[in-house]
Amino acid sequence: MVPTSYYILLSAILFTIGVVGVLVRRNAIIVFMSVELMLNSANLAFVAFARAFQTGEAVNAAAMSGQVFVFFVMTVAAAEVAVGLALIVAIFKNKHSIDVDQVHQLKG
Amino acid sequence: MTLDIIIFLVLATIAVLAALAMLLSDNAIYSALFLILNFAVVSVFYLMLNAPFIAMVQVTVYAGAIMVLFLFVIMLLGADKLRQPQTDIPWQQPLAILLGLVLLGVAAFAIVSRGSVSVPSPLSDQMISAFGSPFELGKLLFTTYLFPFEVTSFLLLVAMIGAIVLTKEEKTKLLPRRPTKN
Repeated sequence: MVPTSYYILLSAILFTIGVVGVLVRRNAIIVFMSVELMLNSANLAFVAFARAFQTGEAVNAAAMSGQVFVFFVMTVAAAEVAVGLALIVAIFKNKHSIDVDQVHQLKG
Repeated sequence: MTLDIIIFLVLATIAVLAALAMLLSDNAIYSALFLILNFAVVSVFYLMLNAPFIAMVQVTVYAGAIMVLFLFVIMLLGADKLRQPQTDIPWQQPLAILLGLVLLGVAAFAIVSRGSVSVPSPLSDQMISAFGSPFELGKLLFTTYLFPFEVTSFLLLVAMIGAIVLTKEEKTKLLPRRPTKN
């Protein structure tokens, strides 16, 4: 069996790569994909802890709640991607660029 | 080193390299494909963690729907050709990478300094088929977490309406009517 802290360390590494992606890249879609990577790493941490808390013969509801929460995170991520990409498309129609450095003024 | 840990290390290397390749790739379509690879590897991790339903939902929703949506938008906007060197604030990118490494160092220290490396207790045969099954997840989803479940259905409706409203074509303004000569 793989220790739980290995999974949490992998989740931390993926999360850091996502954070650096948001800060370094200028393409709005790559920034958005880095946010999805961060959400995914949090999901991995949830599932790893859900497995770690499952002890005993009966299904531990607290352990299973970790997986239920992952389900909700995936749903929210899907909704967020839909709206976020619609925003990017709308900005592109206005400015003809998805460079985040060029969207620094509130006035259109 | 047991077989479990070897498989974990190989898959973890693939996942991290795919994430880094997504970050560093110039072509946005390659980035999206590397992210799909990362999601597929994480789905295998879910299978190793006795979460088969979540693994299949990950492949279906994340890699199958969300990333397809990304690829559609990338191809719609022609975003795969966007990479120029940044000249506005030249110290921003190295500082971001440095601070990211600091974050990773702090997180790794917090994880490693816990002391004991606890291995989760092996599941009995009956539990292997029960834990992580859709039945158990559904049992919780429709009893304890019923209210968040209904709220997410509303959230998806709002997201759908928002996506349509944001990308709707504006009605062309009507020309002012000329006053009729009477």
